[in-house]
Amino acid sequence: MEFSYSILVLALPLLTFLFLGLVGMKLSHKVAGVIGTVAMGVVATISYAIALTYFFGDGQGQIVDGVRQQIVVFDATWLQFTDFLTIKLGVLLDPISAMMLIVITTVSFMVHLYSLGYMHGEKGFQRYYAFLSLFSFSMLGLVVATNIFQMYIFWELVGVSSYLLIGFYYTKPEAVAASKKAFIVTRFADLGFLIGILILSFYSQTFNFLDLTTSPEAVVATAGGATFLGCSVMAWALALIFMGGAGKSAMFPLHIWLPDAMEGPTPVSALIHAATMVVAGVYLVARLFPLYLCEPGVLELITFIGAVTALYAAIVACVQSDIKRVLAFSTISQIAFMITALGVARPEYHEGVGYMASMFHLFTHAMFKALLFLGAGAIIHAVHSNEVKAMGGLRKYMPICNITFLIGCLAIAGIPPFSGFFSKDEIVVAAFANSPVWGAWLLAVAGMTAFYMFRVYYLIFWWNEPDYGHHTPHEAPATMTIPLVVLAAVSCVAGFFPFADYVTYNRVTLEHPSLLHNVMHLNWSAAIPSIIVALLGIALATKLYKKENAVPAKMADSCRNLWTAAYHRFYMDELYQFITHRIIFGLICKPIAWFDRHIIDGTMNAFAHVTHWASAQIKGLQSGLVQNYVWVYFVGALLLAVITWICII
Amino acid sequence: MEPSILCYLIPSLIMFGCGVYGFITRRNMLAILISLELMLNAVDINFVVFNRFLYPGEFEGMFFTLFAIALAAAETALVIAIIINIFRMAKNLDISEISKMKF
Amino acid sequence: MESVGNIVMYFIIAIAIIVFSVLTVTSRRILRTATYLLFVLFATAGIYFQLGYEFLGAVQIAVYAGGIMVLFVFAILLTHKPGDKAEPLTSQKKALGLTAAVLGVAACSYALVSFAVNACGSAADSLELDMARLGQMLMGTEKYQYLLPFEAISVLLLACIIGGIVVARKK
Repeated sequence: MEFSYSILVLALPLLTFLFLGLVGMKLSHKVAGVIGTVAMGVVATISYAIALTYFFGDGQGQIVDGVRQQIVVFDATWLQFTDFLTIKLGVLLDPISAMMLIVITTVSFMVHLYSLGYMHGEKGFQRYYAFLSLFSFSMLGLVVATNIFQMYIFWELVGVSSYLLIGFYYTKPEAVAASKKAFIVTRFADLGFLIGILILSFYSQTFNFLDLTTSPEAVVATAGGATFLGCSVMAWALALIFMGGAGKSAMFPLHIWLPDAMEGPTPVSALIHAATMVVAGVYLVARLFPLYLCEPGVLELITFIGAVTALYAAIVACVQSDIKRVLAFSTISQIAFMITALGVARPEYHEGVGYMASMFHLFTHAMFKALLFLGAGAIIHAVHSNEVKAMGGLRKYMPICNITFLIGCLAIAGIPPFSGFFSKDEIVVAAFANSPVWGAWLLAVAGMTAFYMFRVYYLIFWWNEPDYGHHTPHEAPATMTIPLVVLAAVSCVAGFFPFADYVTYNRVTLEHPSLLHNVMHLNWSAAIPSIIVALLGIALATKLYKKENAVPAKMADSCRNLWTAAYHRFYMDELYQFITHRIIFGLICKPIAWFDRHIIDGTMNAFAHVTHWASAQIKGLQSGLVQNYVWVYFVGALLLAVITWICII
Repeated sequence: MEPSILCYLIPSLIMFGCGVYGFITRRNMLAILISLELMLNAVDINFVVFNRFLYPGEFEGMFFTLFAIALAAAETALVIAIIINIFRMAKNLDISEISKMKF
Repeated sequence: MESVGNIVMYFIIAIAIIVFSVLTVTSRRILRTATYLLFVLFATAGIYFQLGYEFLGAVQIAVYAGGIMVLFVFAILLTHKPGDKAEPLTSQKKALGLTAAVLGVAACSYALVSFAVNACGSAADSLELDMARLGQMLMGTEKYQYLLPFEAISVLLLACIIGGIVVARKK
């Protein structure tokens, strides 16, 4: 079989995880790190080979009648409950999974390499690499899933890896709390996901993606027009599945775990909480997109949630002072862009340009956001603090970091020719095609993105130099700067990649070249406003933050309430705290706990007490004198005989 | 007049009653064992008597008695070994003082 | 099985059984108790002889009177000084024992009287059991033959011997 070696992509990280997890403590830090990194490098190479063969190879099967095929490489039965209920594990190759393979392995390899320097000398270094391998395995398994249940299994596995890595510094209470929070919030969302899967497969009788997406109308029709609370059950199923995706992708209002997840090591934030795991929700929606198209109401919900999240996260990011928090909210905002792009995509507008734009932005965002996080990691490594107050004027000390971080900021702000410009432009085009309101909305958010990214850039590298004492910051070691340079280079050129040739909604590549051309052609009427908005944002940031001055503080004072609310993320965490602790714990759980403790336990304790009391009362009968026993036995037997006799007569 | 079945069963019944009385009242363990033998013997007699008077053509009762005697021998040997062992530890055979196995 | 002699013999045996049984459980000297038991066993053997089971009577005398009694006597001599007397019984204990015994005897007597009277049958027309036949029955494996219990008993006796040694052995 042509792609049979693709199983290695899953097997190698798993074996690395097992090896490092089991015997890692016997190895030195260096050996463990090198093993993990080399294994990931090999996996990355294999993934490139798969993607290249898939997109450019001339093998049979990839392209039939101008349509890029979905290839099921493996589909082995894993659990067979009945003839109809079978859970399979396998490898599915199609444009988006091949694209995700590249994204994941590239970023993961970079992060492995970077961690050699960043995590140098940390306690539990081997454990860290074992968990990274586990995560890579799970994420790769997620993207190549052939059926929705396999996706769910790996979905939970990435959740576990994320939990383990956020709580890596398990002696820090904040890290432990953050890992628990991330796990519980995403688990709560996954409950919806699971229910959605069950509803969907109950009606459609299949888990298989190919069956679900090749004839979505037939699948939707299997529900037979059943409705629940005024919506069709399929709409409910899809909305619940999206809920799982929203939890993983930190969509409002399930976003609260992501900013706290920054307690984990910075490379982990780059890998899991910026580039790969958090886009799983986008990937999920994209994977089931044909089904979503049959339920436009759900797509509108998705659009709405995406747009609200984008704006909310952008506002909050403008006032945060912890650079990782800024990046976290920027991640939320950018993922919301992708979600919105999927929500507004319709096949009738430019062959579903939103779908392509979403995947394109996923790709470019993974690269430049990983770059930004790794750059932030290098800075934190140098100044030993997350707060922007402890930074400033770093451009003199860390030139490579400065340039690469600047490239990342330009990319995310959407300045040509950096990659973010192209993908974001496509999203804005798609939004305008759907409705001018969403277009304008996203344009505004794009401007805010430029502003807050450059705010943080200036605060780190310009502004005023604080007193560093004897501990002058210095450039990071080569293992950390090489990934920065590589990712910066990718961010510079990725935009010119003719993405639409390879990933489109209906996978048409060769049949309608004219349409393709239409898509590829830059839509200058949308591009020029977006460039202008981005430049405005940058200009404002430059004006306010390039040199130390009192204007930002005055501005904050002038709208103190708004500023404080945004700084506290509009009190979303407090709201959750109130709902969970006061309402759920206080009003519901406490009475139940009381009932359990006093009524249920009380009944059982009463049984025990009565038994104990009764046995204390009658234990005197057990005298140890054999003759008493015999007497009782004999007389008892006699009585029994007499009673039986009487009964017979 | 031939002795009837009752004529044999009544002495055996009295023997059994004596065994019960002895078993419950005696304090010496050997005496208790002797009472036990009495009861066993009474049962043996019953087997034989029933065999002879009710099923004269067969021999099952007799064989039961035969095996019961063998069993009695085995049981007595073992119990006496145990009693001697207890005597070594407790220095007497009073059953009312061997009451550790309670509660 | 004719004649007055037989009846006289029966009465002697019956009276011996009753008297010696009572003496066995009431005598306060342990060695005498054992002796009275011996007499009871002999009387039982007499019943067996009278009913025509000569082999059984012989076994009774050999195993019970010869074997088991010797064991008893040895055990008594090992554990008692000559002339030891048991303490008199407390009235409570006596009452308990009497209740049980009398109740048991009463119940069984009533059963005997109400049922056994009707049971006919006589010892006279009984089959003779010669030794050859008996030997075949003990050694056969067919219906109403007893090889398996015989072997089981032999294993049990062996186990008893070993068990007795193990239990009584000085540590």
